Amino acid sequence: MQGLIEFTQMIISGVATGCIYAIVALGFVLIYKASEIVNFAQGDLMMLGAFLGFSFITLLGMPFYLGLGLALVCMALIGALLDRVVLRPMAGQPVFAIVIITIGIGFVIRSIVISIPGWGTETYGIDTPYSGGVTSLGGLVISNEHLAIIAATLLLVIVLYLFFRFTMLGVAMQATSQNQLAAYYVGVPVKSILSMIWAISAATAALVGILLAPITFVHVNMGFIGLKAFPAAVIGGFGSLPGAIVGGLIIGVVEALAGFYLPEGFKDVAAYVLMLVVLAIRPKGLFAQSVAKKV
Amino acid sequence: MHVPMKTSYNDDIRLVRQRGTLVWYGLLALALLAAPMYLGEHHIAQLSFVGIYAIAGLGAMLLVGYTGQVSLGQAAFMAIGAYTEAILQKFGVPFAASLVLAGVMAGLMGAILSLSTARLAGIYLAIATLAFAFIVEEVLTRWESLTNGSLGILVRRIQVGSFTFDQEWKFYYLSIGLLVLVLWLMINLLRSRTGRALTAMRDSEISAQSLGIQLARYKAIVLALSGALTGVAGALYAHRIQFITPDQFTIMASVELLVLVVVGGLGSLHGAVFGAVFIVMLPQFIVLIRDAFAISTSYQAGLDAGVYGLLMVLFMLFEPQGLYGRWQKIKLYLDTFPFYRKATFRRQRMFQKSEQLR
Amino acid sequence: MTLFEGRNLDRQFGGIHAVRDVSFAVEEGEIFTIIGPNGAGKSTLFNLISRIYDLGGGSLVYDGQDISRIAAHKVVGLGIARTFQNIELFENSTVLSNLLVGRHSRGGPALWRELLFTPAARQSEIAHRERVEDVIDLLDLQEHRDARVGGLPYGVRKVVELGRALTSQPRLILLDEPSSGLNPDETEDMSYWIQDIRSQLGVTVLMIEHDMSLVGMVSDRVLALDHGEVLAIGQPEEIMSDPRVIEAYLGG
Repeated sequence: MQGLIEFTQMIISGVATGCIYAIVALGFVLIYKASEIVNFAQGDLMMLGAFLGFSFITLLGMPFYLGLGLALVCMALIGALLDRVVLRPMAGQPVFAIVIITIGIGFVIRSIVISIPGWGTETYGIDTPYSGGVTSLGGLVISNEHLAIIAATLLLVIVLYLFFRFTMLGVAMQATSQNQLAAYYVGVPVKSILSMIWAISAATAALVGILLAPITFVHVNMGFIGLKAFPAAVIGGFGSLPGAIVGGLIIGVVEALAGFYLPEGFKDVAAYVLMLVVLAIRPKGLFAQSVAKKV
Repeated sequence: MHVPMKTSYNDDIRLVRQRGTLVWYGLLALALLAAPMYLGEHHIAQLSFVGIYAIAGLGAMLLVGYTGQVSLGQAAFMAIGAYTEAILQKFGVPFAASLVLAGVMAGLMGAILSLSTARLAGIYLAIATLAFAFIVEEVLTRWESLTNGSLGILVRRIQVGSFTFDQEWKFYYLSIGLLVLVLWLMINLLRSRTGRALTAMRDSEISAQSLGIQLARYKAIVLALSGALTGVAGALYAHRIQFITPDQFTIMASVELLVLVVVGGLGSLHGAVFGAVFIVMLPQFIVLIRDAFAISTSYQAGLDAGVYGLLMVLFMLFEPQGLYGRWQKIKLYLDTFPFYRKATFRRQRMFQKSEQLR
Repeated sequence: MTLFEGRNLDRQFGGIHAVRDVSFAVEEGEIFTIIGPNGAGKSTLFNLISRIYDLGGGSLVYDGQDISRIAAHKVVGLGIARTFQNIELFENSTVLSNLLVGRHSRGGPALWRELLFTPAARQSEIAHRERVEDVIDLLDLQEHRDARVGGLPYGVRKVVELGRALTSQPRLILLDEPSSGLNPDETEDMSYWIQDIRSQLGVTVLMIEHDMSLVGMVSDRVLALDHGEVLAIGQPEEIMSDPRVIEAYLGG
């Protein structure tokens, strides 16, 4: 019995971590679907969002939810700006050029964060209304931070689903990601739609960053956690939003299991090993979509 | 502009097509040969580094610049080469053999890695190589009985028979000599069927395939070759630094090699060499910038990241052909003055090159 | 003699039935044209034949051999070359090296010979060059030989792509809209080249084409496709006056 509870507890913390990967993965699958750009700066956007949240909430003493909202808005603007200034001029350039540019953006963001007084390379925490507490559930003890992450992920998924399913803007975004040219012909303002997708993606990154803050603290290297979202997206098939969520959860749970059953060190690379294995046996991910080029 | 008259098919295959070029390269060779006579110890050491980085850069260039496959894990190949060399040396394997084996080992890893990426389009390789790099770093840190973990391994000087490479100039000749050898192999590859197949894949996988190029096979070949070259560079690096630890081969080192090819000029051998010179000089530049703006040394890490990042963004936006491309434009401008047309080098946009299909 | 035959070819994408039970046979030495309105499934048909897409049903028979399941990169080695509707050239290479890639399927030396550029490798390069020069002469590409493809006018690139397909020494060539994007003069040149390819090189031509004057001028037989189905196969005049074909074009 004790073993079972321990196991369940471990799975739950795996799921919570997995939710983090899932939202980050969601962020770049959104961008990838719309513009075929793989945003290697997603982890750094997350880190920047966390720093903004930290500034608003801890440094300026704003109420948590106000600070959170403000950070999301700021990041949305930054995302849109990045699209407008850096990525739009690159439209039509080869994939590798765009990959390189997003890696560059990531490094620039790190540099900016390090250079801002009060941010730098130190580690900070964000106080949340739910920090520190635990919730007991029939013998299970779950920390509130983990619960908050799982709840926020559920909420985000539902909101995004409703948005894409039922709002004009969401439908226009779907059309854009299915066929930019066709969307353009039927009157969808493709360019501003792309900027908006970048905005949404950057805002979700900020959300993860702030949710993660009580657990891993805010630090310039927290962006590396975002790299784990790549395996999540790849396992999910890269073009699929539900795939990204499931992929993230799988990675989170596998990591938790590896940390428990395997020798030290395996936990850190479990996600990558799993991804390489999946690529070798199911090249298009577990939730394959047809991604052959049209000629 | 001088356009040579061609009289035989061999004219296009020849290494040096114009006599003027031969003269310039001859002078360069002389200058390099005589360098230890007029340059100090420090500068000779820097030039050795240029040689090492240029070899690693050529490996990355083959993959990124010629085949269009972005690798974020080149440092892992370098690490494999360096550790293979260090460990083999410990077991008393002669340098000539261990250097080759270091290359073979890294190449083999590249080929194995290609198993999980060969059937997929470009972005997956970037992600898979990233994963590969993390795994290699972790293995090197944890396999303490072999690698001594994060404490690192001391690497002795190169010894061939009774000859020891114990002075800067000796190592310098070795690294420049190997660079010339690697350049020659690269030129040969690029003027042959395999080299053309690689550049074909970069520009259009679909038509490369329809012309009979087996994509998976050639992706495996290019990863193996790129890994092998970078591995050889890693082996040299181990001897040059004389002390290796896993944290010399992090993602930052991979990004450094990526910056090297981007800044040098994608898709050109000159670019790899230009890029190597640039990368070796960059730390000095950064120190200059730091001192000029009186930036505190505690911000060094941020400054490095910022400079690398900005270089990648700005070069991709404004000079995707890199330093070598800029040099060619200046040369053409002078050659054809006053008839230079800006449009000669206009970039082609490829809006129909979508990889998605629904 | 029948060189190529498609038997009951079928392919669906999601809910769209792009090609439905299409059967036709191309005789050796023939110029066989597929026409049809946009979205009729013509390009899909080509992609099925060159094995870029897998068949949903039916079979491909070439030279008496079933090729329905061979790998896409092996098609050209059998003697089936193709061009693309939107030009898929290697933009950053010269015309010459584009054409040399066309020789890929005709073999070459081992990798180590290439790396060391042994005499065998040099011989092989020169042998390939000779075939490429033949094509350059045939298509009048001498002046563009060393030009980077990305900087060439559209019409020239179209010819280069045709040349690249020819250097592989095909028996059957698939041309996907050879005249699209060309002006009337260039279209006329293209029609002569298509006839030259057949008469001088003995290559059988299977093409998709919209320009009816070109179709009428060069085709031996025409297949009209609509909504993925065969409307009619026959002589060009017959097909172009067929009321069903006219309706498919006008009525959409």
